[in-house]
Amino acid sequence: MIKFYMRIFSLITLSISVLFFVISSAFAGSPTKVGFVYLTTPGDHGWTYAHELGKQMVEKRFGKDVKVSVVENVPEGPDATRVIRELAKQGNEIIFTTSFGYMEPTLKVAKEFPNVKFEHITGYKRSKNVATGNIRFYEGRYIQGVVAGLMTKTNKIGYIGAYPIAEVIMGINAFAQGLKSVNKDASISVIWANTWYDPVKEADAAKVHIAEGADVLAQHTDSPAMLQIAEKNGAMGFGQSTDMSAFAPKAQLFASINNWGPYYIKKIEELRSGKWNTGDGPNHWPGNVWGGLKSDMLVISKFQNMPANVAQKAQKALDGLKSGKINIFAGPLIDNTGKEIIPAGKALDDGALWGMNYYLQGVNGKVPG
Amino acid sequence: MISFIPRDKVSKNWIIIAPILSIVFTIFFGLLIFTFLGYNPLETLYQIFVSPFSRIDRISDILVKACPLIIIGTGLMLCFKSNVWNIGAEGQFIMGALLAGFVALSFPNIESKFFLLITILAGFIGGALWAFIPAILKTKLNVNEILVSLMLVYVAMLFIDFIVRGPLRDPMSFGFPLSKPYPDGALINKIPFPGIGFLGQLHYGIFFVILLIPISWIFINKTLGGFKINVLGSAPQAAKFAGFKQNSITITVLLLSGGLAGVAGVIEVSANIGQLQPEVSFGYGFTAIIVAFLGRLNPVGILFAGIIIATVKLGADNAQMTMGIPKVVTGLFEGILLFFLLTGETLQKYKIKWSEGKK
Repeated sequence: MIKFYMRIFSLITLSISVLFFVISSAFAGSPTKVGFVYLTTPGDHGWTYAHELGKQMVEKRFGKDVKVSVVENVPEGPDATRVIRELAKQGNEIIFTTSFGYMEPTLKVAKEFPNVKFEHITGYKRSKNVATGNIRFYEGRYIQGVVAGLMTKTNKIGYIGAYPIAEVIMGINAFAQGLKSVNKDASISVIWANTWYDPVKEADAAKVHIAEGADVLAQHTDSPAMLQIAEKNGAMGFGQSTDMSAFAPKAQLFASINNWGPYYIKKIEELRSGKWNTGDGPNHWPGNVWGGLKSDMLVISKFQNMPANVAQKAQKALDGLKSGKINIFAGPLIDNTGKEIIPAGKALDDGALWGMNYYLQGVNGKVPG
Repeated sequence: MISFIPRDKVSKNWIIIAPILSIVFTIFFGLLIFTFLGYNPLETLYQIFVSPFSRIDRISDILVKACPLIIIGTGLMLCFKSNVWNIGAEGQFIMGALLAGFVALSFPNIESKFFLLITILAGFIGGALWAFIPAILKTKLNVNEILVSLMLVYVAMLFIDFIVRGPLRDPMSFGFPLSKPYPDGALINKIPFPGIGFLGQLHYGIFFVILLIPISWIFINKTLGGFKINVLGSAPQAAKFAGFKQNSITITVLLLSGGLAGVAGVIEVSANIGQLQPEVSFGYGFTAIIVAFLGRLNPVGILFAGIIIATVKLGADNAQMTMGIPKVVTGLFEGILLFFLLTGETLQKYKIKWSEGKK
């Protein structure tokens, strides 16, 4: 039996290796080698697609000066360690790992390759050669709240969350603040999908929301499934990570777009000019580069399917956030049990956002766990 | 209607010719697909089959990837040989990892590596208990073990998810679902090689595989227990006449395979992750079913089958990194490979008979 398998085995390797010549990757000049690790495929039309667009901006900007390698569908565990290490071994000088779960694998490999730069997206642990970048996604959700409050007729907003973590909860609360600023009677119900990406589950959650009377939907999951359901049922909603109007031309009010390209370009430029650094952001929350609307890391697509006066108010909220006139989490903040979080005159700082485990007024129910 | 009729005698020649033909067909269709999609077909095949062997640390990556597949596959072999269809190794893997994790996190300061024996035992118990549920339901109530073991996978996935978001969540993790890191005593170290250092993630857990293969070979071929399993699988009537207790064999193989899946879970987490997280298995329990059959339900075969599957998976990653071939394409190729290998295997033993089906 052993012999038998040795035979198959050597056959596979031998017969094929005879056929080949190895292509050595000798390139004229020396482009900067850049690696990307994706959680899913760009076909998710959400999170990973947004990173793919960022990567394309990098390729467009640098042309022949960069050589990009991408690995998609990398599970957040031992495979990630192996893939990141392999990218480092293949001579990539900067590696972007684009999901939270790559945190430990990135740090582990970074230790072994002190000369390679690593950019971990949405993580909170840094080291000499590991920087972290994140987007203030919640800013877009505030504007979503404003629009939802003006558009809803039933005063019921359906929200689909991935997991009850601070990242998602601060988004819900920001949405609630926007909602409250224009409509005191509307409230938000949350359904947890327990996944970042599962079109079937996301669609089911959307159906439940609509059945319960919600007419505006928001999501903190990745696929366009929710908008597709809204489109079919005459409800409205917001696109996530990328512009999803192609999936729901009548239902998408606007989309919060993750714009990673400029960040990637900036970091690669820093690397090429020898100025790459891990930034000087504070050390205790995700993303020491944590950019939002102001720095164009978060972009709002065009306001559509809404009356002009709503679009005007949405634009005003957008301008207010950009100029800093609106502080989403300024006091007085009261949670939905009536407890005061912060008094008038004060505002939550970034650190407090990462500790959020409560809902503000306007959200129904309580945070699970 | 198509029916499969067992051949009276398996031809010696075909034992060799069938796999060669399978591989020729796979390569042919692979070349076709890659050419059609505009990738250099020869280089693609090189990346998938040869590049994983092109560096010593890449070979070590294969071993690391194959390790859980082989351990689980060996346990499944015991089940499948006795016609017990344990499809839930994935869940048993998770529950083993979880119970061991619970033990490990209960002793945050332990440094002695002897502690590993306890966590591995805990992993075995965790996996075995999870497999005990379908075992007891099958033997007492005659409930189909395929369904029960499969559905318990999803229960296990949700359970570990709940545990790392709730009771075992690290308070320092900003609400992210991660447990605290394991204490040193519960970690399986990487193997240092003099002069080279570490080879990728190659860890001491690999020795478990090295021990497991001969032990399970001896068990299945040279002991009464192994004999009973073989007889029960190939001739249930004969087993009955010989007075073998079918129920106790069923329970035993389920406990053993569940336990081994649990141990695979402990090794995987202790060596490669170092803490509990919502996902600890990435389909190992399901892939191992293919490994068990590809290895012809034989420990040595499973060893090689595990290595082949791991090679192709790593090769697919390499093809993606160097040539930008999406994983769906290499996944398609992987499917073709498995299809032809298993077809070749089946047609050696069975004739296909076409007949008018009764309606």
